[in-house]
Amino acid sequence: MVQLDQLYQEIILDHYKHPHGRGLRDADDATDQVAEAHHVNPTCGDEITVRVATDGDVLHDISYDGMGCSISQASASVLHELLRGRGTGEAFEVHEAFVELMSGRGQVTPDEDVLGDGVAFAGVARYPARVKCALLPWMAFKDAAARAGVGVGPEVKA
Amino acid sequence: MTSIAIPEGMPQYDDVPRFDVARVRADFPILDREINGHPLVYLDSANTSHKPRQVLDVLDEHYARHNANVSRSVHTLGTEATEAYEGARAKIAAFINAPSVDEVVFTKNSTEAINIVAYAFSNASLRPDGDPRFRLGPGDEVVISEMEHHSNIVPWQLLCERTGATLRWFPVTDQGRLDESGLEDLVTERTKIVSLVHVSNILGTVNATSRITARVREVGALLLLDCSQSVPHLPIDVVDLDADYIVFTGHKMLGPTGIGVLWGRGELLAAMPPVMGGGSMIETVTMARSTFAAPPARFEAGTPPIAEAVALGAAVDYLTGVGMRAVQWHEKELTAYALEALGTVPDLRIFGPTVPVGRGGTISFALGDVHPHDVGQVLDSLGVQVRVGHHCAKPVCSRFGVPAMTRASFYLYTTTEEIDALVGGLEQVRKVFD
Repeated sequence: MVQLDQLYQEIILDHYKHPHGRGLRDADDATDQVAEAHHVNPTCGDEITVRVATDGDVLHDISYDGMGCSISQASASVLHELLRGRGTGEAFEVHEAFVELMSGRGQVTPDEDVLGDGVAFAGVARYPARVKCALLPWMAFKDAAARAGVGVGPEVKA
Repeated sequence: MTSIAIPEGMPQYDDVPRFDVARVRADFPILDREINGHPLVYLDSANTSHKPRQVLDVLDEHYARHNANVSRSVHTLGTEATEAYEGARAKIAAFINAPSVDEVVFTKNSTEAINIVAYAFSNASLRPDGDPRFRLGPGDEVVISEMEHHSNIVPWQLLCERTGATLRWFPVTDQGRLDESGLEDLVTERTKIVSLVHVSNILGTVNATSRITARVREVGALLLLDCSQSVPHLPIDVVDLDADYIVFTGHKMLGPTGIGVLWGRGELLAAMPPVMGGGSMIETVTMARSTFAAPPARFEAGTPPIAEAVALGAAVDYLTGVGMRAVQWHEKELTAYALEALGTVPDLRIFGPTVPVGRGGTISFALGDVHPHDVGQVLDSLGVQVRVGHHCAKPVCSRFGVPAMTRASFYLYTTTEEIDALVGGLEQVRKVFD
């Protein structure tokens, strides 16, 4: 069960059982650009909608709703925690770091200062079948942000 | 064991053919593997089956000793390869009791077999002189069911898009059975083809087709049965089944990947236009036009998967040696055992029939609200291999209101101990996601 514990870190299970910021919300500031993206993982049917509210400089809110496995849902919760209230430039640096971690087949050592609870997903990168689960909300976020008119992170080659 | 005596003269319990599962398992090299430090418990045979040594040896032997292209060479190797390839066709024809060897068309898999029928209809629809049984247009209907694998949905959706015909479908009951209550309204004079799954790859349901067949005959339509999950697991006799086409795939019945079968009534295949053009499927070719070979060659353009076909013949020999009645009974006993064992797991919901009658050894379920991906991951850490996801049957998942299911499926090498390992693993899942 040692291997399995790497995948299902307590942090991931905690985000899964007690998700942060779940539910789609309207923007507090009526002048914000609001856009959303709906992504599905066709191999397993997991779905997520991520909504971004931004004034172009700061991501005022990242709200989401979806259904799926513990990895994809915990990943959305961590995404919300990490990027909400961040400047867009900074947010995309975090995005890039998370994508790099997940694409690293377990060879990338995550920086906790950048990724916070996201470091718990380091073990997921060893399970190729689950990487897409972890990335699902992050890819939806990237699309939603682009639709809200803010810069886009790097392409994923997964 | 029941204490009720079966009256003399009736079939007795011990009359059922049986086989030695331990001996069968010894033929499958992969079953010795360990997964994550545990003995392999393979419960994903509905996805693909494992291959016995006897099949692997034939595959190897073909390439090592008899490799040549088929149906075109006068040399010795070419003759040997052709005889082996056509010999496999004859074995498969006998296995499903096809009236003629020429009714067995080799394909890549069931998906390709269904597409060949759908595109033959399409091609016939484009030609004014096309056989009216295959011609489709606005006002004509194709009937499938909500229980289908995507491979028996999408080809018909595309055919209907191309021809303007309408796609209709049988619903599924809460018990996971085909809802035939609207049969008369669903299958009518407008229906050109009914294409149904024989055994569901997700619910395990064995569809009783006789009422539908009778109605199909009454309205003059054609019937295709997707037998991908039935030919590997029960005795199939195409004469008894009285369908017009059946399709199945080799890798689910101990054979290799890349080889499947379209069986069609000889007279229908002979009337169907070709689908793929190329070598081997012609009678004569000029620069202006071509004429086509008789079936099955007409539908086997290009060099076929020769070694795979020969090895599928070996798989059929293996299954015949064990006996399909015995395989069927073994899986029926396993299914009864599994339904009872899974019934003891708290919060477990089975999708599909919950009694071992009219169902095969494929059981899909939900464990509380734990996502199937997570169920499958924890089971894998214990060596238990199950399928998770929508099983290429998204409409079935939607019908039961879930995005995905966990599925355990059995075959002739499955044991009750493996079902115990599954049940034990599910306890572990509950602990992780309490």
